[in-house]
Amino acid sequence: MSSPDVPTRGPARPGPYIVAGILLAIAILVPLLVPAYSIDQPRFAGMPFFYWYQMLWVPITAGMVGVSYRLVTKEDRRRREAARGARIEEQEQ
Amino acid sequence: MSMLAVPMATTADRPVNGVALTVVVVLFILVAVLGFFAARWRAGKETGLHSLDEWGLGGRGFGTWVTWFLLGGDLYTAYTFVAVPAAMWATGAVSGFFAVPYTIVLYPIVFLLMSRLWSVSHRHGFVTPADFVGGRYGSRALTVAVALTGIVATMPYIALQLVGIKAVLTVLGLGSAQNVLLTDLPLIIAFVVLAAYTYTSGLRAPALIAVVKDLLIYLAVIVAVIYLPIKFGGWDNIFGAAQTKLDAISPATGKPTGVFIPGAASYSAYWTLALGSAMALFMYPHSVTGVLATKSRNTIRKNAAVLPLYSLMLGFLALLGYAAISAGTKPIDLNGAVNPQLVVPQLFLDNFPAWFAGIALAAIAIGALVPAAIMSIAAANLFTRNIYRDLIRPDADPRQEAKVSKIASLVVKFGALIFVIAMDQSAAINMQLLGGIWILQTFPAIVAGLYTRWFHRWALFAGWTAGIIYGTIAAYNVVNPVTKANFGGSIAAIPGTNVQVYIAVVAFAINLIVAAVLSLVFRAMKLPDGKDITRNSDYGADEDDPKVAELQREYPLGETGGGTF
Repeated sequence: MSSPDVPTRGPARPGPYIVAGILLAIAILVPLLVPAYSIDQPRFAGMPFFYWYQMLWVPITAGMVGVSYRLVTKEDRRRREAARGARIEEQEQ
Repeated sequence: MSMLAVPMATTADRPVNGVALTVVVVLFILVAVLGFFAARWRAGKETGLHSLDEWGLGGRGFGTWVTWFLLGGDLYTAYTFVAVPAAMWATGAVSGFFAVPYTIVLYPIVFLLMSRLWSVSHRHGFVTPADFVGGRYGSRALTVAVALTGIVATMPYIALQLVGIKAVLTVLGLGSAQNVLLTDLPLIIAFVVLAAYTYTSGLRAPALIAVVKDLLIYLAVIVAVIYLPIKFGGWDNIFGAAQTKLDAISPATGKPTGVFIPGAASYSAYWTLALGSAMALFMYPHSVTGVLATKSRNTIRKNAAVLPLYSLMLGFLALLGYAAISAGTKPIDLNGAVNPQLVVPQLFLDNFPAWFAGIALAAIAIGALVPAAIMSIAAANLFTRNIYRDLIRPDADPRQEAKVSKIASLVVKFGALIFVIAMDQSAAINMQLLGGIWILQTFPAIVAGLYTRWFHRWALFAGWTAGIIYGTIAAYNVVNPVTKANFGGSIAAIPGTNVQVYIAVVAFAINLIVAAVLSLVFRAMKLPDGKDITRNSDYGADEDDPKVAELQREYPLGETGGGTF
């Protein structure tokens, strides 16, 4: 493998990754805090809290992953264009 | 091909439901036709299906929609649909409802890990997770360890899909307690057809069939979740009946029958089951196959945001286990014993018109075909790439690889079929339980490798060994309180404590500690690292970035990286 390591993406801006990281960490940790929801009341339409609360987290997680997707793909695209721009400049010189 | 042509041997207490059976057979035939047709769907122009990229990964070109159906059909298997409500019906929340937090925390994890795996695999033409490990660490021992773990963990999983089909067939009235061959004939026919279209169409077949299967299952679950609570006097009544049953003292153990809402003693079991299962799922080769078949780096991330819709459905399906308690559903198997796995099929048959029950049962049966096909393809790819090519024929060309993989997929499927027919069903369930523990032991090698090369290859191998040994012994030592059989469950105390947790998670912790400590030791001893053929830029590459496939063909893995142990 003698071909040089040509970057596929430019340097990252930390902002979007930090925000996405926090959202994803919440989406992993909060549904695992069993003591927080291992109770019967309040019920919703006859369902104990334990059951409806966990079901509620399905759309919440989906939303958080969705926001992370937008943040990260946007940054991904910017970095990719930056890398391509740099490559074209090199060729022109 | 039609199951109607099969002589139907029935016991007196299980009449054949003609209407429901006809609906199932018609849908099954429709799906089989689709499966064969799939060979022509978006087929590669030059090579046809004569490479692993085409046969085993569907051309690596599935977009968001196809991937959503494919992964939905792949991850939420028929066995899940049968086993989760069965567990709820039998013992309640800890063994059943953990599937909901499991499939919630799954997606942030997928989001974090899988696009990096996609990028590096895209650049290097990796088809299996073991390919990646081989390219990253240049260790043949580690590659084979990852590949064998994947194959061994997948086999019982395929067998369990058959158990799912069997549950449907039993409820429909096909089968007899007296004649083993007649009992299994419909199952054998279904599987032969499945094997045939997987052989001809590869991953395209389950991708197309998944669309039909998912639409059917959504229809069935949505109708059931709206209609059944109305019929049984609302969720209040359903949960009331469930609580009464689960809190009742079991005469066999002297403890409550199940868990309605986990108490403090079950907290750690509940969350470790959810987290451990979520971490393990995308180490399974069939999940990785689904990821690598996608078109671009971020397809899997987009899917991580939309796949949770299936988790919501799974949650409601789990609650149908409670609905069955309140309905008084009696899941009696052919031999007269109670078999909880028949609960959901029986619930549908008892409470819906025959034609609609047929649709729901067909959804479960077809739902078994999709993952069974993908799993056999994934296991076959592992065999072809990491055993046949790496160890036997390093110079195999893509055409030979596809050929070997097609045959291997047949072998894998018939192995699973024999497993289910010849052995006790509980053997498949035990093996699947062990498989979940084992597959998590490949996590450090695969996932750490996506971010860092800090771990030493032999340390990872030693960690894998330690994790597998601990996990196997600990699982063996769990004794079922009623039957006194070994492999009685997947929960055990952390050694030296009373804290009950998922065995796989403890094995994983041991694995990680061994790998970390030995990495420091081996580095201090200056033991050689293997050759890493990947570069930093590979982990962020997208579809329009150049591949290193040509280079790869000139210098196959065996020479550049995999040559040393």
